[in-house]
Amino acid sequence: MEVKDASSALLSNYEVFQLLTDLKEQRKESGKNKHSSGQQNLNTITYETLKYISKTPCRHQSPEIVREFLTAMKSHKLTKAEKLQLLNHRPVTAVEIQLMVEESEERLTEEQIEALLHTVTSILPAGPEAEQKKNANSDGTMDEEDPA
Amino acid sequence: MFVLVEMVDTVRIPPWQFERKLNDSIAEELNKKLANKVVYNVGLCICLFDITKLEDAYVFPGDGASHTKDEILIGKIKGCSPEGVHVSLDFFDDILIPPESLQQPAKFDEAEQVWVWEYETEEGAHDLYMDTGEEIRFRVVDESFVDTSPTGPSSADATTSSEELPKKEAPYTLVGSISEPGLGLLSWWTSS
Repeated sequence: MEVKDASSALLSNYEVFQLLTDLKEQRKESGKNKHSSGQQNLNTITYETLKYISKTPCRHQSPEIVREFLTAMKSHKLTKAEKLQLLNHRPVTAVEIQLMVEESEERLTEEQIEALLHTVTSILPAGPEAEQKKNANSDGTMDEEDPA
Repeated sequence: MFVLVEMVDTVRIPPWQFERKLNDSIAEELNKKLANKVVYNVGLCICLFDITKLEDAYVFPGDGASHTKDEILIGKIKGCSPEGVHVSLDFFDDILIPPESLQQPAKFDEAEQVWVWEYETEEGAHDLYMDTGEEIRFRVVDESFVDTSPTGPSSADATTSSEELPKKEAPYTLVGSISEPGLGLLSWWTSS
């Protein structure tokens, strides 16, 4: 076993979610040796990784949403790693932006941070927890909705 | 958090599997070999992504989880000990936030076995407890790989995650920090 390239591409949490969901379906269909001891590791890691990602906003993303997000991000001049963090975490506050964007105080003005937050929250769907809060909220003032 | 890693390997397909499609057999063998295993200096392998080439030398990308330095992650507190706060991402458990990287001032409550942030305001100190099960946002500040070469016969192939290895040291550990605004329990920073 030899590693040729330890970082040949970055994957977003959504991509991994899709990949593992598809893999799970494929293996369900082929039935037979899902429970053999050799496959137990794959079962464990697949289950746990899916569990982790399902709790994040990534589970409601789609290829179209990711594309739209990356297009909208072009004007903000962020690095690939920074855009990936925003995509994976969907920050809603300025302090989260400061954590994910290096030297954000020097690179972005307050208005730009607000604009960035607006782009992120309007394009990326909210996560499962935010959805629960939204439903529990009686005054219904949240402005983002899940895309159909 | 997740990266594609390109690897080369030679895979042996036992004869009784010859009637199956070659790619399926290979995929199964590779996943058996790699899934939920740590690859030294790379990270925790999740699963096979794709097979790019089959030749005398096989080339294929594998799907691995590695953590870039300074990355922000959200996990769950597994527990506290004098060594620090232990955090888990469901599929990976060996994350530690040492006492010096907690929000300061912090103290370890011996009775409750929990770390506490003694958050000070004008009104006085509020004790914020870092309870098990709470979601926590942290920054990755270091990762370390330990070469845990096998010591005995590999009848231990059936063992799954790294916790079950007889060795105390995990092959791959992360060190985190929450000593910045916005880091720590999510509940500390959400405006209600």
